[in-house]
Amino acid sequence: MLGHDSAIDVYRQALPVILVSLVAGLFSGTLLGTETMREGIESVPGILLLLPAFLATRGGVYGSLGARLSSGLHQGLIDPHFEWNDRLRNAIVASFCNGMIVSVFIAVLSWGVSLVLGREANLLELLVVLIVAALLSAFAMLGVLLTVIFKGYRRGLDPDNVIGPVVTTVGDVFGVAFLLIGIWVAGVVL
Amino acid sequence: MSAGGDVRRGDEPTEELPQENLPREWTVSGIVSTLVPLLLALSILQMVSGTVLESFEEQLLSYPSLLVLVPVMIGTAGNLGSIMCARLSTQLHLGTLEFSPTNPDIRANVGAVIGLAATVFVMLGFAAWGIGNVLGGNLGLGTLLVITIVSGMLLAVWVVLVSTVSVYLSYRFGYDPDDTTIPIVTNVCDITGVLILFGVVTVVL
Repeated sequence: MLGHDSAIDVYRQALPVILVSLVAGLFSGTLLGTETMREGIESVPGILLLLPAFLATRGGVYGSLGARLSSGLHQGLIDPHFEWNDRLRNAIVASFCNGMIVSVFIAVLSWGVSLVLGREANLLELLVVLIVAALLSAFAMLGVLLTVIFKGYRRGLDPDNVIGPVVTTVGDVFGVAFLLIGIWVAGVVL
Repeated sequence: MSAGGDVRRGDEPTEELPQENLPREWTVSGIVSTLVPLLLALSILQMVSGTVLESFEEQLLSYPSLLVLVPVMIGTAGNLGSIMCARLSTQLHLGTLEFSPTNPDIRANVGAVIGLAATVFVMLGFAAWGIGNVLGGNLGLGTLLVITIVSGMLLAVWVVLVSTVSVYLSYRFGYDPDDTTIPIVTNVCDITGVLILFGVVTVVL
């Protein structure tokens, strides 16, 4: 499986997932381009500013979880069957903490950058938007990632080739949607 | 939902029994303390691309087809980088990786990344044009294709460089590339992806 795949092998293994993620990316781009989201972008100052950081953080947090599990599977450190052992639990809890800590930080940071750039921004509003979006993301990402890695590995799919695309795909499909939900929640609560 | 409600506040190290001379442990505190500082630093960097997006806000809101491009550009760059990094770091763990341009593994990865980028960015041009039309964008097909292909290929070459260098440096500095490289690569490629995209947009429009 590993070791000496040719470029064609890697291409063939990765293409389906990359295409799926292209479709997902288009989906989230389309969502960004809709009237509703464009209004959201206009009504909550700082959304475009935090968008790349928010999308990337999830990639980093869950991508590294995926890479860790994948190496663990290859090394035989974890079993390709989902079972609650310490090792797996630690990896999952850690990635959840990572996601939440960094999302809160991003909210504060965007607010700070907006102030420095002389734009208006509401710290509480950004915090609510990001915490809601990060929580929803965590559940969606963990569910999908674990399913794909374990099921895929058992079926002979090398997780290394699919983790990144899967993470960004799920992230793309849900990320913008969760931000929208966050914007909506912030609008209701505040 | 797999993030169970029984999780504890995960900041203290959990005691693990040493199992048959494991190369490394997975502890919550270990993973968090490795990743969080890195992600915080990278989020600060991400503000660069956020600022670029904000400064193009008017154009983005008036040409929805450009908004359509943003997540795909970012996502695909990150995808290609993470495939490359994940493969390189697993090979590193298995002890089958040597960093040299003649290494068939590295060559295969590079070839695949370039091929995948070419495939995706041509399709993206057509798709963004189609979707843009529906959303009320009025950029031409030719214009969009030039934007996606030029920025996409520049990005692919960049992704290859960044991935290889970051796996290598991570290994040199004694960090596990599984923890460090994907966040670094996805972030670096996002920022540069947005910069490259809007650089090309500025030239073309």
